Amino acid sequence: MKELLTANEAVARGAYEAGVAYAAAYPGTPSTEILETIAAYKGDIIAEWAPNEKVALESVIGASIAGARTIAAMKHVGLNVAADPLFTFAYTGVSGGMLLISADDPGIHSSQNEQDNRNYAKFSKIPMLEPSDSQEAKDMVKYAMEISEKYDTPVMMRMTTRVCHSKSLVEIGERTNVPKKPYVRNLQKYDAVPAVAKALRVKVEERLKRLEEFSNDTELNYVEFNDRKIGIIAAGASYQYAKEIFEDNVSYFKLGFTYPLPMKKIKEFEGQVETLYVIEELDPFMEEQIKAAGINCIGKEKIPIMGELNPDIIAKALLGRENKVIEYDESIIAKRPPVLCAGCPHRGFFFELAKRKNIMISSDIGCYGLSSQSPLNAKDTCICMGAGFSMAHGAQKVFNKFNESMRVVAVLGDSTFFHSGITSLLDAVYNRSNAIFCILDNRITGMTGHQENPGTGYTLQGDPTEITDIESVVKALGVKKVKSVNPLKIEEMKEIMDWGLSQDEPVVIITKWPCVLKKLSFKDKNDFGDYKGVCDINADKCIGCKLCMKTGCPALKYEKNLKKVCIDKTQCVACELCVQVCPKKAISRVGE
Amino acid sequence: MSDVKNIMLCGVGGQGTILASKILSTCLVDSGYDVKMSEIHGMAQRGGSVTTQVRYGTKVNAPIIGTGSADILVSFEAMEALRYLNQIKPDGNVIVNDYKIPSSTILAGSEEYPEDVIEIVKAKAKTTVIDAGKIALSLGNSKVMNIVLLGSLVKLMKLEDLDWKSAIEKCVKPAFVELNIKALNEGINGV
Repeated sequence: MKELLTANEAVARGAYEAGVAYAAAYPGTPSTEILETIAAYKGDIIAEWAPNEKVALESVIGASIAGARTIAAMKHVGLNVAADPLFTFAYTGVSGGMLLISADDPGIHSSQNEQDNRNYAKFSKIPMLEPSDSQEAKDMVKYAMEISEKYDTPVMMRMTTRVCHSKSLVEIGERTNVPKKPYVRNLQKYDAVPAVAKALRVKVEERLKRLEEFSNDTELNYVEFNDRKIGIIAAGASYQYAKEIFEDNVSYFKLGFTYPLPMKKIKEFEGQVETLYVIEELDPFMEEQIKAAGINCIGKEKIPIMGELNPDIIAKALLGRENKVIEYDESIIAKRPPVLCAGCPHRGFFFELAKRKNIMISSDIGCYGLSSQSPLNAKDTCICMGAGFSMAHGAQKVFNKFNESMRVVAVLGDSTFFHSGITSLLDAVYNRSNAIFCILDNRITGMTGHQENPGTGYTLQGDPTEITDIESVVKALGVKKVKSVNPLKIEEMKEIMDWGLSQDEPVVIITKWPCVLKKLSFKDKNDFGDYKGVCDINADKCIGCKLCMKTGCPALKYEKNLKKVCIDKTQCVACELCVQVCPKKAISRVGE
Repeated sequence: MSDVKNIMLCGVGGQGTILASKILSTCLVDSGYDVKMSEIHGMAQRGGSVTTQVRYGTKVNAPIIGTGSADILVSFEAMEALRYLNQIKPDGNVIVNDYKIPSSTILAGSEEYPEDVIEIVKAKAKTTVIDAGKIALSLGNSKVMNIVLLGSLVKLMKLEDLDWKSAIEKCVKPAFVELNIKALNEGINGV
């Protein structure tokens, strides 16, 4: 039976069929659906959200050493967080097979950078697989488990946004029940102290040599001979793009196992074609190695080094062929950026913050990053998960040292706080900061599409669990000044911000209100109530001052002809922020 | 020469482009085509511009194509048709919903909704305009606008003979099957 699956769904199916027993991840686009789909195999596979990628990988390492087949999945920048355990796990090797999935984002569709994580495979000296469609993604999970156990190494599968989120047909199979291996205490393997690590270090190089032999032999790397004037080496989505353009008119060396490269076979292939192209997205990862091996090829001289590829970019680069397009004046098209939703609790917080002068807003990764847009304009920086807090600390120290009156307000969300904000806040307490640290607790991991986290009371597989109380954590870290507030209450929000800015020690403000899109739990309804009715504007009272428009709520529209504001009732959820902003009391909530 | 057809759907987050493309690709798969479908789930997409590409034929390689390659563009919102008009072949078709959703920059008054946007599209490409919102409302549920548009696409791509009932049954909750079938038929008959 065949099903149309995304590669993320296919990986999950592959995990099930390959007898994986434990999987962990932290959500991150484009990898999130892998664990969400694995979670459905409850009973066969334990699937968990970890607070961050490092913890996810470490728990998976433990599960592998205990003897089970395992998977950790993360987005490309998540692997930076998890790099520490990876590099040493690459030394110790596995017991149960272990697959690490890195989902890269060429084109920066929803990330903060475009790093090419194939470099991690080479850097940490582990084998790498690259699927080009969903069927391969599923099949490669099984290959990965076999390679991992045979060569005693973690295996990386490098995916990209386009592969992760494209659907193609997949043949569905049955689950192979793989017996758990017995746990064996083995200090010479798993205790990476210097003496042991030195011995393991030698084994890693030996393993790489054997893996290169495997790379030359495996069916994952195969040649398709057609006309031999042009030969193309490609992997992942790039292979499909090349196929689209050149069809069966050129020869291909299609690589599924891309580290170590099958250099012997590449050399042979080069000898059999007239001109050899290496088509790869982002870095010249394969090209540099191929050229270093003394093999002639053409790569980044023609193929762009940044951005996502597609068939037409390749056609233009290699054939000088461009599709005819309809031309028109694009300047008249208005931009359509994503915005904070109508009823988003973050809006109340930023509406208040935006009024403040002489502040630097050190923000982080999450929906609240959308506050950079007009009319809120309430954001100065964004680097990586957790950095909002630590950067605020450093910046405030410097402003203070140079006697500048600038205050720093740090902003991150509940899930980001659990991810890596806790240690940043600890730094601020320890080093006597006086920045204002704000945790926007919307009771869910929002931006990636509503995943449970340690604060929500549920696990990935739907079991009720302990709710970690953010205020208690903050106090335990040594913060004396902590207050919680409903950010949609403007007066309270203003008071608390005045209070925070007047302190000369680390202050934590927790804005606590559920994401407007969250499916509320029984406890949520109990704690916060449910939204009822919609807001309505009395047109006679509205003077068209547009103060309510400064909230940036997408349910509000200024009608130029009428010189009045009106409310889109299909979007409004009656959060009542605009009701509080209106100086003429023209807006009120109606209906139940 | 490849027999692959390229369909692009565009709209605004929350308009149901993804469900429409899911029904479309399910039906094409069940009819024996090789199908690839690609979408970008980005940041919180509410209110943002969204696109999906569906490619089908005997054998499909790439899940996406570049500019000037789509056989048909189905735009769930008027201005989005203009945004993605460079995606179609110069002789390609456009189905545009006569439905305007102002973006946040328009709401805030920093940009204007382009005037006569549908007329501009019509002047540039073979265009079918459909008031899917009105049709959906006449069926009692404005949300099935997406399926009305899918119906128009089915007609223009000459796919009426495929088993849409079965595809809809696979993709929507039982209570909504009949409504969606009606919406599809309205869309087919509307163009």
